[in-house]
Amino acid sequence: MSDYYDSEDLKKFGSIGRHARPLADGFFKYYHEATAADGALTRREKALIALAVSHAQKCPYCIDAWTTACLEAGANPEQMMEAVHVAAAMQAGITLAHAVQMHNHLERLVL
Amino acid sequence: MKRVAVLREAQPAAKYDFEAILRARGIALPPIAIETLQVNITRLCNQACRHCHVDASPARTEMMAPETMEKCLAILARHPQIATLDITGGAPELHPRFDAFVARATALGKRVIVRHNLTVQFDGNPRTGEPKEYLPGFFARHRVEVVSSLPYYQEYFTDAQRGAGVFARSIEALRRLNAVGYGAPESGLVLNLVYNPVGPYLPAPQASLEADYKRELAKHGIVFNQLYTITNMPINRFRHHLDKSGQYEAYMEKLLAAFNPAAAEGVMCRTLLSVGWDGRIYDCDFNQMAGLGAVGAGGRPLSIHDFDFGEALARRIRFDGHCLGCTAGAGSSCGGATA
Repeated sequence: MSDYYDSEDLKKFGSIGRHARPLADGFFKYYHEATAADGALTRREKALIALAVSHAQKCPYCIDAWTTACLEAGANPEQMMEAVHVAAAMQAGITLAHAVQMHNHLERLVL
Repeated sequence: MKRVAVLREAQPAAKYDFEAILRARGIALPPIAIETLQVNITRLCNQACRHCHVDASPARTEMMAPETMEKCLAILARHPQIATLDITGGAPELHPRFDAFVARATALGKRVIVRHNLTVQFDGNPRTGEPKEYLPGFFARHRVEVVSSLPYYQEYFTDAQRGAGVFARSIEALRRLNAVGYGAPESGLVLNLVYNPVGPYLPAPQASLEADYKRELAKHGIVFNQLYTITNMPINRFRHHLDKSGQYEAYMEKLLAAFNPAAAEGVMCRTLLSVGWDGRIYDCDFNQMAGLGAVGAGGRPLSIHDFDFGEALARRIRFDGHCLGCTAGAGSSCGGATA
């Protein structure tokens, strides 16, 4: 288990380009442009979205990185926690929304 | 074993060789003026903040001698180019001759800045019990520019860094400064606040954070002029925290990766001299706390006691790894971001 999710591995993300450099370069350029600069959304809003997605996707690397990024973009702990609650509420809502599928199938099964 | 240990320590130091970093980028940073004399008159403080680069606390005893203060005033009188006296500490108000020092400097027509930690108004002198509640009125009478640390506009971060109850007392102290006119645009009494991160990360952009501070502190009825964002320097107490928590390397890598040539151009040591309690001159307060004294012709240590303006202006500024704190991102100085 100790080989998974080692925080030291965060430093190795640049090596994602091994064996497919042009694709990685394209990805990092896109990633930087999408997340790191003010646009129609501020850098702070983007950082809060990224923090929420990090939780939804349960990525410890991303949670560490975007917690720091949120602070460096001027977000406060309340804003960060609210972003995580949005992710949590969406996860719960998505789970519950699938109950419609269950209901549909149930109706097909019941005489 | 000893040799191995030395080699291991030497590697990071070489990696963060600031002069080599400047050389590699073709950047030269000679002094361009001496506009500010920043004088650290005591390391005594009523607080013991976790990030403090001075290691200031109620246990410190260093105090500038009266004759050294006289030398500083004489230099200010002799050199109109040095338009600003920036008084720092510790809590400089705890020096027994602080009031007279301020009054004499303002009488010379100098812009006088005091680095005021707010809570000293209520704590008073931790060694003598002398009260300091008179400070807002005193500052206003002498039209001192007040610069006060408030690491965040919320209690959680502020108390984590500066001690339990500091946020509430800082708000009350700010109200007292506002009550005598500080921060009101028409008063001309300047109150600037200082933000610094509560951990090993870089400050948020100064302008957006200033807008947050103004909006949130208005809810407490507080007004102020400008917010200065200052990066934590990896020296003394903050360095100990980094070492203890195993974050030193990561923090230095962050500073190095964020090196900004525009911020380097604006470093404060190019226009400022820092004076220690014993009269020794340094390129900045951080070098002072790192024990990196300024040197003049032939490597002569510079001192306030035999000050020569030309020699000081011609000095070669001394740099070290901690200087990466001033050149990262939007830059950092005692006047906030530099780029």
